Amino acid sequence: MYNNSDRRKFDPVKFDSSKSANSFEWPFRLNFYDKSPWYEVSLEDFERYALDRLRVLAEIESSFARNRSWEELKSVTTRQCKDHLPLNSSSASTVDTQTERRNDHLGHFVLRLAFCRSEDLRRRFVKAETALFRVRYESDDTKERELFLQSRDFKWTEVNSEEKLQYASELKGLGIQQTEEGVPTTERLYKVRWTQVPDLVNKRRVLLKDGWAYVPSKEQLSIVLRAFEANLENALDSTARSIMRMDGDTRLTEILNHMSRGFVAGVASEYSGPATGDEIRADMVDDLAKRHFPLCMRNLHECLMRDRHLKHFGRLQYGLFLKVLGLSIDEAIAFWRKSFSNLTDDKFNKEYKYNIRHSFGLEGKRANYPAKSCQQILLTDKPGPSDCHGCPYRHFAPDNLQTSLLATYSSQGLTSTDLAEVMRTVKEGHYHVACTRVFEITHAAAGVKKGDGIGEGESVTHPNQYAAKSIEIEKAQQGDAMVIE
Amino acid sequence: MADSAETSPEVMLQFYRMLYPFKSIFTWLNQEHAPKDLFTNREFAFTLKEDVYLRYNCFSNAEELKKQVCALNPTRFEIGPMYSSRPSERKLARSVKSGKLFTPLKRELVFDIDMTDYDGVRTCCTSAGICKRCWAFIANAVRVLDSALRTQFGYHQLLWVYSGRRGIHLWVSDDEAMGLTDELRRAVVGALTVIEGGKEMAKKVNVRGMGTKSHPGDLPPSLWHARDEGSRMWYPLLDDQECFLSEDGWRTLLKLVPDKKIVETLEKRWEKQPGIESSKKWNELKAEVKGTGARNLAALEDIILQYTYPRLDAEVSKHRNHLLKAPFCVHPKTGRVCVPVDPNRVENFDPNAVPTVMQLLQELDKAGEGANWEHTSLKPYVDMLDRHIVGILDDVRRRERARVVLQHDLNW
Ligand code: SF4
Ligand SMILES: [Zn+2]
Repeated sequence: MYNNSDRRKFDPVKFDSSKSANSFEWPFRLNFYDKSPWYEVSLEDFERYALDRLRVLAEIESSFARNRSWEELKSVTTRQCKDHLPLNSSSASTVDTQTERRNDHLGHFVLRLAFCRSEDLRRRFVKAETALFRVRYESDDTKERELFLQSRDFKWTEVNSEEKLQYASELKGLGIQQTEEGVPTTERLYKVRWTQVPDLVNKRRVLLKDGWAYVPSKEQLSIVLRAFEANLENALDSTARSIMRMDGDTRLTEILNHMSRGFVAGVASEYSGPATGDEIRADMVDDLAKRHFPLCMRNLHECLMRDRHLKHFGRLQYGLFLKVLGLSIDEAIAFWRKSFSNLTDDKFNKEYKYNIRHSFGLEGKRANYPAKSCQQILLTDKPGPSDCHGCPYRHFAPDNLQTSLLATYSSQGLTSTDLAEVMRTVKEGHYHVACTRVFEITHAAAGVKKGDGIGEGESVTHPNQYAAKSIEIEKAQQGDAMVIE
Repeated sequence: MADSAETSPEVMLQFYRMLYPFKSIFTWLNQEHAPKDLFTNREFAFTLKEDVYLRYNCFSNAEELKKQVCALNPTRFEIGPMYSSRPSERKLARSVKSGKLFTPLKRELVFDIDMTDYDGVRTCCTSAGICKRCWAFIANAVRVLDSALRTQFGYHQLLWVYSGRRGIHLWVSDDEAMGLTDELRRAVVGALTVIEGGKEMAKKVNVRGMGTKSHPGDLPPSLWHARDEGSRMWYPLLDDQECFLSEDGWRTLLKLVPDKKIVETLEKRWEKQPGIESSKKWNELKAEVKGTGARNLAALEDIILQYTYPRLDAEVSKHRNHLLKAPFCVHPKTGRVCVPVDPNRVENFDPNAVPTVMQLLQELDKAGEGANWEHTSLKPYVDMLDRHIVGILDDVRRRERARVVLQHDLNW
């Protein structure tokens, strides 16, 4: 996609190569990202590290939407970080920690540019970034973390025993400090301005005196997270101000737009299939559709069977999906020919065959077009009233969606009692999460549990990934435990 | 009582021209004598007759404000936040290229307590009505909140203002309070909210931490003062309001007692003797509870809180850009002026003794040519605001000095 590798400078970020040689630039794994990454980067890196990070953040978002427990979110995120965003402690001697940290820093900064532009995006970005920080904080090397905490001024002071004694009964009332025969226990207590721990104040979990909150060490994390949040909120604010003055660099704007959309639909991995490893023949499609396709493709398939036709964007969405699923060019032509049964051979050959070959990269630019991800389906080429493409979770009216869900999936175990949950998720705007939940429900018989998603807790971000996983599960069940890449 | 002549447009215009203390209001909002953004970027909203509502007005100084108020002659006006740019230029500021944003930056932390929220516990009046007797609830709310904001949050620039009818407003002008984000405002409200759940929820106080089977959670220390104040007013309140005299009243009380055996005993007894007064009923409940363990004792504390703890209109306090009626406005129904209230003498405040706009204009007439508010019974109230302002200005100067010293140190 964006293969431009011009080396250039970005004004609001001010990259500068002079400092990158300093190997101690990132002494800690944890980072509050106060400084801009001062070095020059290629547009390629610029996009790559940001997308890697985005993938992790998008999964964190959908974890929130799916009401995962903190422990679940943590393990999903840790796994995702390992693949996309590795970040090791200084003690990991075999790894180039400085490069990892540099990339982490860069990705964060690019995403700031992408996410500062609306209040809603900012709020979501801060929430996801703070969760990511917390995951790393909790898994950090204790010693390194201690050093990191000392490296910043969190504006806390330790409460001395005199004061502990003075407030002994109140501290006891909060269950945060016990005294033994009038002598306070040794548990540490930090004094911070109350505005540093609004959550704890809100829940009356700290002692409040004169605007100071007395925070037990077990709640220390609250102070750190809040500081991280406040820091990031401020930074996004000033980034928003400076980006407003940024000239319309369309190239950059395009990349940034693309990224901020990633939150809406998750970030898809590229699907280059054929996901099943087997060739799929034209006459298998109908059967596969009924057993394995996500709702968007089921809908296209049914429209096609009913109307014997699909309009342009429908053909494009479905055609590319089938190609990646494993339909060869010959089978594809056979499939479409059969489906468009109302057309004469002549008309089909003239008007459609070329386009099918084109989408396989056999005509015109000879580009091998990838199938559309959920993000693209959700956000581009909004369907008109007589179109069948798009994502039903987003583009169907609620009533129609419910009817269609039941009609499509009740044979696979979806019941009307499941609808409430699915519809609630839809209402909140988490379309691909709703789709993921439907996947879980319709594969429950194969042992897929709530929260499993399409494997390891991941959400649906691509229709091909949905179908591939569904086929994989079926194969595994049939005892033909074939592993799919 | 007050009729519409009391607040006719002519009367209101006279009031704004001759009596409204624009200068003091200006200095109070501006926190300095020379106009600065705390005043000039401040939103004012006017309510005109026929419910026309004009938002996003702003003014350079007290004179401009007065001129516009007299020109529009609103039934009342409200004060909003200081924005990042002048509210009148918000369209320009919102346009992308200017590099400025239009967002609320500062605003007094405000609270609104309204007597209608006490309809479940007061028996003397309902809905819009208020009398000296209901005021006991407001007085307690003032004592509790005033103390919590001072001792817990460390705020000192508190201005309490009678809302003109059946409630009271609080404006907190401390520097930190002015700058609180909505999130932080929500935290303050959360910490100060105790009564929760609608009409259908019998037990509205759920503030204790995790307890065990025999031991209820502790009452958080931040509510100890409220509990003590509530206990202090408890018997006088019961004697006055007779909350448990009616069958409805005592049944509501028994719903809050967790111990089934006690409930049954008292139910039987009180059904037979309908006339027992509230304080006696309370004593009987206490006698039953005695010796039955910490859980029941905690329930008694919770009951006292439920009947006495301040009932906040949370939405007013949570948002920086919420508009709140300016002090010294006139309530259109009662004709009474929204005057400041001294929290230390709040129990002596009589809402029905607050001067009405008609009364003030008559006093002004009597005082003759060239008279102003100083010659009317509005004076003690304006003086109260002016004294409050002195405190705020002192604070500002102290901060300013500290900043200079700090800079000096750094330069050195
Ligand atoms: S979420 Fe993605 S896979 Fe699911 S229906 Fe929508 S577009 Fe298709
Ligand atoms: Zn009353």
